[in-house]
Order: sequence, then C-alpha cells, then structure tokens
Amino acid sequence: MSIHRQLGLTDEEANQIEEILGRPPNHLELAMYAVMWSEHCSYKSSRLHLRRLPSEGERVLVGPGENAGVVDVGDGIAAAIRIESHNHPSAIEPYQGAATGVGGILRDIFTMGARPIALLDSLRVGPLDDARSRWILDGVVSGVSGYGNAVGVPTVGGEVVSDATYTGNPLVNVACLGVMPIDRLVLGRATGVGNLAVLLGSTTGRDGIGGVSVLASAGFGSDGDTDASDEDAAKRPSVQVGDPFEEKRLIEACLALLDAGLVVGIQDLGGAGLACATSETASRGGVGMDVDVAAVPRREPGMEPFEVMTSESQERMLAIVRPDDLDEVEALCRRWDVRATVVGRVTGEEGRLRILDGFDGPVLADMPAASLHEAAPCYDRPRRPAPAVPDLPPVPTGSVHAGDDLLAMVADTAWVWSQYDSQLFLNTVEGPGGDAALLRLKHPVTGQDTGRALALTLDGNQRWCAVDPREGTAMTVAEAVLNLACVGASPLAVVNCLNFGNPEHPEVMWQLSECIDGMSEACRALGVPVVGGNVSLYNESRGSDIDPTPVIGLLGLVDRLERRPPGVTLAEGAAVLLVGARSGELGGSRWAAEALGGGRPVGSLPALDLAASTATASLVRDLVADGLLAGVHDVADGGLGVALAELVARSGVGADLDGVDGHGELFSEAPGRVVACVAAEDLAEVERRAGAAGVALARLGTAGGDRLVVAGVVDLGVTQIVDTWRNTLPATMGTPVGAGPGIPWDGEASVDGAER
Amino acid sequence: MTPLIGVVVFPGSNCDRDAMEGVRALGGETTVLWHADASIKGADAVIVPGGFAHGDYLRPGAIARFSPVMSAVADFAAAGGPVVGICNGFQVLTEAGLLPGALQKNRGLKFLCRTVTLRVDSNDSVLTSGVEDGALLRIPINHFEGNYTCAPETLAALQAEERVVLRYVDNPNGSMDDIAGICSEGRNVVGLMPHPERACDPLLGSTDGMPLLQSFLAAASGAGVSSRPG
Repeated sequence: MSIHRQLGLTDEEANQIEEILGRPPNHLELAMYAVMWSEHCSYKSSRLHLRRLPSEGERVLVGPGENAGVVDVGDGIAAAIRIESHNHPSAIEPYQGAATGVGGILRDIFTMGARPIALLDSLRVGPLDDARSRWILDGVVSGVSGYGNAVGVPTVGGEVVSDATYTGNPLVNVACLGVMPIDRLVLGRATGVGNLAVLLGSTTGRDGIGGVSVLASAGFGSDGDTDASDEDAAKRPSVQVGDPFEEKRLIEACLALLDAGLVVGIQDLGGAGLACATSETASRGGVGMDVDVAAVPRREPGMEPFEVMTSESQERMLAIVRPDDLDEVEALCRRWDVRATVVGRVTGEEGRLRILDGFDGPVLADMPAASLHEAAPCYDRPRRPAPAVPDLPPVPTGSVHAGDDLLAMVADTAWVWSQYDSQLFLNTVEGPGGDAALLRLKHPVTGQDTGRALALTLDGNQRWCAVDPREGTAMTVAEAVLNLACVGASPLAVVNCLNFGNPEHPEVMWQLSECIDGMSEACRALGVPVVGGNVSLYNESRGSDIDPTPVIGLLGLVDRLERRPPGVTLAEGAAVLLVGARSGELGGSRWAAEALGGGRPVGSLPALDLAASTATASLVRDLVADGLLAGVHDVADGGLGVALAELVARSGVGADLDGVDGHGELFSEAPGRVVACVAAEDLAEVERRAGAAGVALARLGTAGGDRLVVAGVVDLGVTQIVDTWRNTLPATMGTPVGAGPGIPWDGEASVDGAER
Repeated sequence: MTPLIGVVVFPGSNCDRDAMEGVRALGGETTVLWHADASIKGADAVIVPGGFAHGDYLRPGAIARFSPVMSAVADFAAAGGPVVGICNGFQVLTEAGLLPGALQKNRGLKFLCRTVTLRVDSNDSVLTSGVEDGALLRIPINHFEGNYTCAPETLAALQAEERVVLRYVDNPNGSMDDIAGICSEGRNVVGLMPHPERACDPLLGSTDGMPLLQSFLAAASGAGVSSRPG
C-alpha cells in the first residue's frame, strides 16, 4: 500500500498536496498533512454543514473555530466553554482514554486565558450485563476521577447512559467551563516576526502518534471475538498517557504567564501535536514559522522528525513570546517546575512553515502553514435519509400495572459521580445528580462573589435522534433549557458534541445534516448562540453505526442567587403538579423501546412546540427564583413515571396521585414539561402565574406517605423505590451494597437516574 | 488582633484557595507559604491544605514532607503553634512525623466525594475547642487514601489521651476506630480527612465547618485552647 494511504490520506488528497507544494511531498510533510487533514482535525465531512449553526449573539466574545467559545457573563468576567469527545481512545484503553480526554479539554480552556472551574462528562456504554461494557465504564470513571481530581478541577455533572447501540463503540464526551477577567482573553495566534515559539510542559514521546488519523478517524472492526479485535488492540499505542500533576503545574504556570502579560499568543498541543500547534498559530496570525525539531525535548532516543512533529504526548503548550521576555518566562516556569524550550521562531516568510534540523541546519519540510489548516479538504458527502424506525406497536390496554416497568428504569448514578471531586473551589451549589449543575460565580482574580451563578447541563438522547435526528436534536436543546430552568437559570450559549457513525455512509451524513438543522432551528427560536463544538465520526463497529448522538452542553446564568434551588425532592403535604401539557404519545420513548420495540426505538416523536416549551421554562425559572417551588424535576427519559419515581427516591417521601392515563401518560416523553412540588400556601400564586403565562398546569395529587400511588397505574412502596434506585448500579458494577458510595449531600437518598 | 493564617502551597495543592477563602470569610488574614521557602512568614497558625502535593506520586505526602517549608512548620509546631492538616495535609503531617499513623487507600478502593456525619469526641484541640463534645457535624470528605491506620500501641495511646478528636458516625473508608481526625500530644497539631472549608456557606448546603475553623482562628489569636509545647 502506498505511504499516503497507510497514513489515512486518499489518492486525491495526495495529489492535492503535490499541487500545493509543486513537487512530491517528502515523508515528513506527508505525515504532517495526514494528521492535519484527518477527519478529527479538519472536520472535512462536517465543516460544510456546521456553517449553518447560529453563532452570533450579544454576549459572544469568541465563537466556533477557536480553542473554546467565550461569552461575556457580566462584571468584567468572561466564561470559556468547550466540549470534546474521546470516544475511540476510551474504547481501546478506558482509563487513559478518559483521563487524557479530561486533560485535553482543560488545555482548550486555559489556553484562552481562563481558569478551568468545572468539568462535566457524558458517558455512553453498552448494556451493563456485558462484562466488557462494565470494564469500559469502570475504567472511564476511574480515568475521569484519577485525572480530574488530581489536576484540581471539580466534575460537577453530566450523564451516564447504557444502550446496546454503544456496545462496540462507547462515547466519552467531556466539557469544561472556565472563567477569566475579560481583558485576559488571549487567542491562539503567532504574531511579531522574530518572536519565539516556546514549548511548555512535558517531553515528547512516541505516545499517540497518529491518534487523530489512525484512531479517531476510523471505525472499529469487531466487538472482541474475531481477528479484528487484535487490530483494535494494536491501536492501543495510539492512545496517549496522561499526567495530571504535570497538567496542574502547567495550568498554574500558563495563567501566571498570561497574568504577567508575557505571552503574545498561546496554543495547546492536542490532536496532531506540534504539527497542529505550529501550523495553526502561524496560519491564524498570518505569519511564517521556523521550527527546530532537534530542540524539542524528547522522552526517548532515536525519534524521527515525523514522530516528534505528530506525537500527541500530553500536557504540552506552545507559547509565543517576545525575545526580551524570554528570561522572565523561563524564571516563571522554573517556579512551577515546568519545562520551557524555544523550539520555533516567527518569520515573515510568506506564511511558510519550515521544519529544520537546528535553526541553521537543513530544511526537512517546507509548506504553507495555512495549507495544513484552512486549506484542508472540505467534502459534501452524499446524503440519503435513513430508513424510518418501525411504527409504534399497539399499547396493551385494560388493567395496567406499570410498577415493575418503572422500577426497571430507575438507577441512582451516585456510584459514578461520588468518585469525582464535585466541590472544589467552593462554588458548587447544585452538583451532580440534579437537573443541572449550579455554580456560584466568583471573580476569577479577586475571588469576589458576584451574587450570581452559572449553570451547566449536558444532554443527549440517542433514541429520539434515531427516530428523527432533526426533531430529536431540537427536543434535546429544549430539554437542556428546561434543565437549566429547574435550577433557576436562563440559557446563554450552546456547545455541542456530535457523535455519529461513518460519514461515508450516506445515511449517517443525512443524520448529521438533519441534526445540525434541528439544532439551528431550536437555537434560533430560543435566541441562544452555538459557540463551539466537536464532531466525532466513524463511531461504528463491525460495519454498524451508532445511533446519532448529539450531546448538547448548555451554559446558563442566574442573575441573583439568593437561595439554593429546590432540587429534585418532594415535601410532605405539598401539591404535586404537572407543568406543561398532558400527553400520552409514546413514540421515541424509552418505555416503548424497552417494552414494545425489543430495545430499539419505535414510533414517531411527539410534536415539539418550541414556544410552549420556552413558556414552561420561563415560568419554572421564575418560580424557582422566587422560592415558590418545594421541589422540581424535568420530564424526559422515562417520562412522567421516572420523574415521579426519582422525586420519591431522592426525598424518601411518597405521593398519592391521580389523573394519569395508562402507560401512555405515565411514560410519554413529550417535551416541555416538568413536575413541580408546591406548598399549599403557594399553590394559588403558582396557578395564577401559570394561567397568566398560558402554561398548562395539572394537579396530580399530594406528596406524602410511604407509597407512590398513581391511581390505576402504579402502587409501590417508597422503600422499594429507594432501594432499587440506590442499589442497581453498585450491584451491577460489583460494589457491595452498603460499602460503596451513594449518600449524598442532604443525607436522605440521592440522585436521578439518567442525569447526574 | 486579626490572626494571620499561613496556607502551605506545594506543587499539586488544590484546596489552598478554598482554605484561604474559608479563613477570610471568618475574619482571618492569609498568606501563602510556598513549599520551597523554609519560613512560615510570621503566621499565627498554619494550614496544610488538601490536594495532590507532588501528584501524590510515590505515596501521598511522601515527597512533600521533604519540602523546605515543612521544616519551618515542624519547628512552629514544636513551639506549640497551631497547625491543621486537611485531607492531603493530614497525609503530609503523618509522613512528616508531626502526627502518628498513616492513611491507606479506602476500603472499596474507590475515590469518595460525599458528605458524612462526624462526631466531636474531644474538644480539647486547636480545631475543636469551640464545639461541644459529642456534637454531630455534616462535612464533606473527598479522598482516595483516607483509611487511617496505626500500630496498636499508638491507637491505645490516642484513645487513652483522647486524641481522636473526630470520628465518623458511619465509617465510609475503613478507618481504624472510625477515626476522621486526631491531634498531637500537645493538642496544637490536628489532622483530619474531612474538609471543613467546604461546609462554611448555607448556599453550599452546610455550615458545620465554621465552628471548627473559628476554633482554629481563636487558637491563632491566642484565645483558644492552652497549647502546651509538644
């Protein structure tokens, strides 16, 4: 096989490179183009479609295309946010795959000048009765815990989903939020001829070579029982190894350099390593750069220049500094025991990136910097609608006993998130387990409390998106908005991680395009800009694509934080209300898939009325802000039934309810609804406000007692619900009940099934 | 007099800012004690905060104990100065020999971040002087290596001298005798795994850490327990 094909380049791409250079590329050049033009780095299949997302907004300081999106959150403070996938590495080596996913997303944030203050992760694995899926989940959670806790950034939320579509290809999406004084915002560009490119942090080794091309931009062959599993295992050296202690020192050193004004531009080294960092900073700054490959500190002898340039060794940054500041930069790095080495010089050479063996030595590679970055191929791949999912089979009627089905759908995720430090920095008002994370907003330099708060949620629903990627994605955005409303926050900005199958399959490209249109429609209707995203393709195993899985990260703001939000809880004697319209539509729901579809989604989605959903969210947000709710939980995965069971499980309080018609109304996942618990004295006011806002309100009954009774549908003891909910995941994961984590902040029961 | 609290910062410390925020909220002043400087800079009391000093590589606290600042902290403690080690700080103090015993990996071999109930079993220490004996406090833990262990004769001495100042009501990590915090013979050095600075604001869910930090500030002001040079 020709060299370019081994490196993952097509024949046409190889020809294009030869045209750009006006000569055949040498091996080093080819290796650099191969990683930079990989799907992972170039977004060559998705770029065309991503342009349709709305990215403008009053508060947007930096939109898509930079290392992170940045929005103005007031008081001279900017928030930087970014989400990324580390799916393929985590499938091969769960601990390091997840750990380096955390490390990478942190660097994207502090490279903008922001101090990372929170991580969230969205984890999707196969069914947990499969030992390999348990191995992956255990390893991924340990990796997030081991890296995130040690690097000193709290993990405040996320989601855990188990579904057969992820058996061969799990998803690990990690989001990070950072804050900075607005004037510290810095971009990843090189400027000023004669300035120096200084490599900070770890040494460069052979780990992660070709990670973006070999690993991230190709699917998996098998699930472990054929020869192809050996091929997958052979990719293990393409997974990088993380060192959170190096990263912690790197964060402190970089933020100190930025505070001291010693950095002109800075860029993290992630996928495609030095090849990416040098070409992107030069290309963005419109300058050239000479790189002395011999100067790069190495972890092992005998490394070839192409290995040094494409290594994905972790915990490295490239800072552009003025020559006069070099001594000060070196001194500051020494204080934090961070290695600093001059490896490049900014030149005026018509935007050329040259790789040299010694600054005065032979030229090993010479190419236009922008050709690696901006001139990467952009494909309009063929699209064809995916086959429709089967119609909804008839729902059993007559006497309904839905208790067992309900119990099968509740599981506390505390087993996962109690392994994460969720409280560091003393900001976490609402941590993992609630509808959304809520963080006090303190000034990043003075520490002054602003009296306001930032909220964050990650949401995805592969079932909805398998049924209809367009409306499913819009419903996901609407759900995220409701999640924020439950902690009293208004939406500010969206980031997204688009996890899809093989883009060379026309059905997958259609799903991706539809998903982007659905997100655009929802975000435009809600007035929320998309400030960044990541696309992960080739999520397939044995030729089978995963269900389309866009994960939406929504950042929100609470203007005045005067009290803790009510949380997912019930109060004895209070009214239980369904806010939003009643619905019995089961299409796309979890219950229909499990009870009627053999595990696969069935039916068509309930209609999404974005205006009605927005009205519900606004009402709930105001009720939370004014302290009129005693408890609240959004209706999503598992419908009203799961929402009620989780309210009971977290509070240990039962409820006596009526007016829920059969499986349909119990398990419908129709959008735009929450369950609210309202004290008797506040009921009239809540009803008045709902009426004024035109939001439907149904009184289901009263909280209290030791049973959850939904007349004619469910009758379960509170103890049974609490025990099932609390013990399911620890028992599955092999932690003896009682010995493992699971006791949350408030003492009673903890958390919520699907969301953390 | 406003007490000045020195907060030690090793590379890898991460609760240093939180500890300073907690102290300042209660009216104390703070100063950073950098690991490479063999001085406590005139502080009235010292906090060795939580985190992962030197990445916890080799063993938590095993490298940090050799930092120049620790010799200054040891001298200060020997002269009766109030010192508290929180979480990783507790691990550092045991490695440095300022407190007996060691912290092993949790029973269950998982990192644990959750709020637990502690019982104050001695209010004769710089951290617990302002709290009633037997008081129950809700305070978060956040550790992988919080399982306290020591030699039987050491345990007997800790018990006999009532130097176990805090115990878990429902032992989360396998600690010997449910130990969450102990003090030195002089009762001026305290190590504990839970994080009182994380329980000092009603917005964050608990204020039970405040009386502990208040006791410590009182000790720093010279108004606390009568510290015997140890």
